[in-house]
Amino acid sequence: MTTATIPPATLHHGHRVLMKGNEAMAEAAIRAGCDAYFGYPITPQAELLEWMARRMPEEGRPFVQAESELGAIDMALGAAATGARVLVSSSSPGISLMAEAMSYMAGAEIPMVLVNVMRGGPGLGGIGPSQADYFQATKGHGHGDYRVPVLAPSSIGEAMALMADAFELAERYRTPVFILADGTLGQAMEPVELHFREPARVADTWSVRGADGRQPRVVRSMHLEPEDLEQHNRHLQAKFAEISAREVRWAGENLEGADLVIVAYGTAARVARTAIARARAEGLRAGLFRPITLWPFPSAALAEVAARARGLLTVELSAGQMVEDVRLAVEGRTPVAFEGRTGGMIPTPGEVVEALHRLHAATTARPASATMEVRP
Amino acid sequence: MTTVAPAGSRVIFERPELLIDRSTHYCPGCGHGVVHRLIAEVLGELGLGSRTIAVAPVGCAVFAYDYIGVDFVEAPHGRAPAVATGIRRVRPDAFVLTYQGDGDLAAIGTAEIVHAAGRGELLTAVFVNNGIYGMTGGQMAPTTLLGQRSTSSPGGREAAFHGYPIPMTEMLAIMPGVAYAARGSVVDAPAIGRTKQYLRRACEVQLEGRGFAIVEVISNCPVGWGMTPTESIERLRDVVAKQYRPGVIVDRTGEG
Ligand SMILES: Cc1ncc(C[n+]2csc(CCOP(=O)(O)OP(=O)(O)O)c2C)c(N)n1
Ligand code: SF4
Repeated sequence: MTTATIPPATLHHGHRVLMKGNEAMAEAAIRAGCDAYFGYPITPQAELLEWMARRMPEEGRPFVQAESELGAIDMALGAAATGARVLVSSSSPGISLMAEAMSYMAGAEIPMVLVNVMRGGPGLGGIGPSQADYFQATKGHGHGDYRVPVLAPSSIGEAMALMADAFELAERYRTPVFILADGTLGQAMEPVELHFREPARVADTWSVRGADGRQPRVVRSMHLEPEDLEQHNRHLQAKFAEISAREVRWAGENLEGADLVIVAYGTAARVARTAIARARAEGLRAGLFRPITLWPFPSAALAEVAARARGLLTVELSAGQMVEDVRLAVEGRTPVAFEGRTGGMIPTPGEVVEALHRLHAATTARPASATMEVRP
Repeated sequence: MTTVAPAGSRVIFERPELLIDRSTHYCPGCGHGVVHRLIAEVLGELGLGSRTIAVAPVGCAVFAYDYIGVDFVEAPHGRAPAVATGIRRVRPDAFVLTYQGDGDLAAIGTAEIVHAAGRGELLTAVFVNNGIYGMTGGQMAPTTLLGQRSTSSPGGREAAFHGYPIPMTEMLAIMPGVAYAARGSVVDAPAIGRTKQYLRRACEVQLEGRGFAIVEVISNCPVGWGMTPTESIERLRDVVAKQYRPGVIVDRTGEG
């Protein structure tokens, strides 16, 4: 039985069911009060769109399969500009097309949640799980000086919980928010404890619904006068600084006394967890630092953890992207190694354990120093 | 706005209430201002100002929101019909209007307009066709006529080299989702009067829930065409209107 046949009425908060990540995220969005969904089919995200195609009409809410990801995200932009709670989802190539509207939404301060179920690139790439869109999500995505919060779940249950949080963040800060998942999280089935929460709605003073007696409003990103645009950018930067100060999230496991720390998010963190259990059985004191917000990146917390460790190992489903933020966070004070696979391949726990052993050997052979390069 | 007329005289012309009292940034003689005025008149007469959400394009008319006093959303270049679709779906009580130029609608936004029309979205689309990219300095548009010079077709548009002008509204009109399609013009007072009737009908079609409605308005761009306003109006009448013929292109509202 596929979960698509689970009657939604039987899905209750707190129940344990077997579900696909894509479907769980979709239902979590519906229960979080998502007013409208717009999408375009792409693997490995299609089950999310299909779930919405069935469920949104049942709830009497709009679902539109758009002509392209450009169409989908711009429909979302329009709906969200009227104050609606809107979800869009896609996978890597589609997310590239959405970069344009994300920039407009960041500029016009339109809240929205965008799920990227990442697959291997570049180009059409493949359909296997990947974390190769880290740069894209955290370093800008579209044009202009802007950032968007990026939430990275590492289990289906966490993805459900983060869905409500994402809408809340989006509305609190008037910003698009990314949920960065990968093909494994989207398509694997696992027993999940259902997590539903509908964030409270706060009346806004900016959205357009027809002027109806008040001054007409404009939702816009254009400011042609350089002075005005700089002023607007200052305002945006102040908001990004506030998000950076208040919304950092991460989780640690086995960090007490750990001298080798794996930094990993999403599916890579799950591989790391298995590897750490094995490494500890083999006598290595290894722990896990798992960023949950990739932007804002938990740099300060990581620097603190790193200061007590002999070395860090970043594990990613990419050729090494987050590792740049890890290196920035520790500023050369702790050696940083990297282990990754690309193209839809997932590092095995065995490979990660070996990398931990190499890091252990390299960091115990001579004292850790700022100049030391560890490239296993 | 109410104008106080001296006793014994009557007001025959005044600024429509929804047209904001502000001089525009449009070049002297530009047709965008005329189309803005017609929209303000029609929305006012139909009592739609308070529930209209309009979508502004990228092009010279991006500033429509500074002149027409209704709620606006600014769309990325060409995406107005998608943005309007999103608005339409979550706000069934709103009156939703898009305003686009020919570069916006017929080039970069071709997919969005075709699919909004194909879905029969309840939208009223205003398409100002001045045959050129005004805002970026007079480059060739998909609607530029054969032989017409522009800054990116300096020797004149050649079919073999640049391809043919695209008759967008006729193309859209063949789709069953399009309830109403017409082409007006800003060439002279009678033409402007007819254009207003088309716009009014295109708004009523949305209110009646009949489907997608579009009014193309052939207009002038004196600056982009390298002409005086008077010359540009003559060209609009003698050349452009012969290729893009004004009139109702399709009206499916009688089909039950
Ligand atoms: C993605 C993107 N490409 C190009 C531009 C530059 N651009 C601004 S307006 C415009 C064309 C406008 O022409 P048209 O739609 O005919 O409107 P007009 O200015 O003539 O009224 C272009 C190409 C842009 N703003 N965004
Ligand atoms: S450039 Fe052309 S379309 Fe733009 S305002 Fe001037 S005359 Fe009008």
